Amino acid sequence: MAKQRSNAFLDNLGRVYGMYTGVFIAFVILLGIAEKMGLPPRTIGYVFLAVTIGVYALIGIVSRTAKISEYYVAGRSVPSVFNGMATGSDWMSAATFIGMGGTIYVMGYDGLAYIMGWTGGYVLLAVFLGPYLRKFGQYTIPDFLGARYGGNIPRLIGVIAAITASFTYLIAQVTGVGIITSRVLGIDFTVGVFVGLAGILVCSLLGGMKAVTWTQVAQYLILIIAYLTPVTVMSYKHTGVPVSELMYGQILQKIDAREKQIIADPAEAAVREKWAEQAGALGEKLKDPATPAAEKAKLAAAQQSAVAASKPIKPYLQPFARTDRKNMLALTFCLMVGTAGLPHILMRYYTVPSVKDARSSVGWSLFFISLLYFTAPAYAAFARWEVLSTLIGSRIAELPAWTTHWAQVGLLAIKDMNMDGILQLGELTFGADAIVLATPEIAGLPYVISGLVAAGGLAAALSTADGLLLTISNALSHDLYYKVLDPSASIMRRLTISRVMLVVTATIAAWVATYKITIIVELVAWAFSIAAASFFPALVLGVWDKRANKAGAIAGMTLGFCVTLFYMIGSRFYGLDWWGIKTVSSGIFGIPAGFLTIFVVSRLTAAPSQELQEFVESVRYPRGAVGTSDLDD
Amino acid sequence: MGMQQAKVDKATLAAYWGENKRLTAITLLIWACVSFGAVFFVETLNAVVIFGFPLGYFMGAQGALIVFVLLIFNYSRAMNLVDRKYNLHEEE
Repeated sequence: MAKQRSNAFLDNLGRVYGMYTGVFIAFVILLGIAEKMGLPPRTIGYVFLAVTIGVYALIGIVSRTAKISEYYVAGRSVPSVFNGMATGSDWMSAATFIGMGGTIYVMGYDGLAYIMGWTGGYVLLAVFLGPYLRKFGQYTIPDFLGARYGGNIPRLIGVIAAITASFTYLIAQVTGVGIITSRVLGIDFTVGVFVGLAGILVCSLLGGMKAVTWTQVAQYLILIIAYLTPVTVMSYKHTGVPVSELMYGQILQKIDAREKQIIADPAEAAVREKWAEQAGALGEKLKDPATPAAEKAKLAAAQQSAVAASKPIKPYLQPFARTDRKNMLALTFCLMVGTAGLPHILMRYYTVPSVKDARSSVGWSLFFISLLYFTAPAYAAFARWEVLSTLIGSRIAELPAWTTHWAQVGLLAIKDMNMDGILQLGELTFGADAIVLATPEIAGLPYVISGLVAAGGLAAALSTADGLLLTISNALSHDLYYKVLDPSASIMRRLTISRVMLVVTATIAAWVATYKITIIVELVAWAFSIAAASFFPALVLGVWDKRANKAGAIAGMTLGFCVTLFYMIGSRFYGLDWWGIKTVSSGIFGIPAGFLTIFVVSRLTAAPSQELQEFVESVRYPRGAVGTSDLDD
Repeated sequence: MGMQQAKVDKATLAAYWGENKRLTAITLLIWACVSFGAVFFVETLNAVVIFGFPLGYFMGAQGALIVFVLLIFNYSRAMNLVDRKYNLHEEE
């Protein structure tokens, strides 16, 4: 429970962030006017990134602290609504901001598994974990495992799982920062990564969770403005009503009608035949022993995409055109449980003043997240309609200018397979990552809006990276160093260690990111399944099953982790196949394995001590303090 | 900090936890219906088209989200009332 303190900043949060939003919008408008008067795009890009990173840095410096409880949990004084906003930007990453609309564009109905999965997890969080973690009221998720199950082993398994899941996710964020900064500023990718790194560190280093929280709120506001602006204009342009979320229903119907025409078009069939021919030719070349091994990987990829292009066109609205019902259900489930098991999100519910606030804060988190998720399917639909209505059937020589721009950065490719000079759907590849970034240009908006979208994507990447970085450095400095290695360490020393860990982790992440590992997207999906299978069962049963004990938790977390990892690697690389489940949904086996093992092993071994059982009871209701509390704030 | 409350008696706690379990079960039932249920019966739902949206598609894209948000706020409000009923709410 927070001490009641009067604080000019906390009392005026609404006014402070309201003014901030107003100033930001004014700034965008001013830049727009400057653009009209001849300010070059490159300069606009620089100004956008410099100003936003500058603001985050300023918040980070103003929020510096030397208090443990402020550094780890923002003094437990973050109001429910603002914690919701901070959780929103903590949660929404570069992949969500840039990729979500594109995923739906490419996958149609089947892509909606991501929408439901990444939001439905908050219902699990609200009923199973959030309020109880707040009642427990310590600093990290391994803290809970340590206190609930007793001893250092559950805590250490928690540390390992937290670091594994968060670090893979962190690399993806740092890569995202590198891509955005290098594209907008035209600098080298590696330099972009380290510029972003500085932006991340400057927020968290001095003020820990307190600084990260207030920066994340600021980042949320920028990212949501940036996300909603282009698609709203697009909706106005196509339907006359600037509410994309309501109006894209009409567009879906138009897409469906247009697709029927395209599917019936003999020119499309001719194009697909050409692709099939090419796939065959590439296959021959692959088999040829004279082909150098170095070329083979490239050829195999080209052959795969040729095969894909030769398949008949699947309607956008048709369910299970790109996956099956079973896999869509499994993926939705894994993403939901993974969401509720990610430590950097769970940790945010330590920062609110009370259990009551924790409950409503989960609702606010999902509300603020939904504003973006709600809009992503509209982005996809408008982009698809634009492609189908203006590009397909046009003369290739007369395509709009934005297509050339995105072709240059490799996110759009056109190949006139049947040499008729006219673009068929089968001749166009539009990269998923380009959908959101290209929408301002497609809608014919000034460059300043493109700059705004880039700033929004950067805010999404930086805010998530900050949360992850803090989770990792806290697991190392608080759980590993303070709780296990040196419980007598002074506050000064603990904070210093934590900051050193922050810099070390960030540097390693940036260094790894510069290698541009291609498997990164899969790594992120794996991180989810790992969090889902290792954390979620132990945390939930920790509150909901009084009989769950240390032996059960150790066995369950280990087995959940191993089963998931086994299926991931087996299905990805060695053709392992259990009931046709795809590798991204590996958690579907690990999650029940984790639950079952904890349940059974706990019942085969001695019950937890009386003290631990009373601790579980005390976590279950809001009143009073928890049983084995050693709070030091 | 660390003011240990007088122990809450077992019967009160059991009744409180029972109500929480019931609320949780109802919440999760609705949660599963609007997400997994809607995916399972998507073809049937798609026969209904409202405002251009096939219902099955709409549930996956937006409908489930709206229900999720409402579910969480409803659970939060209901639990706060249950807290007060059993006098287990936080001291103001």
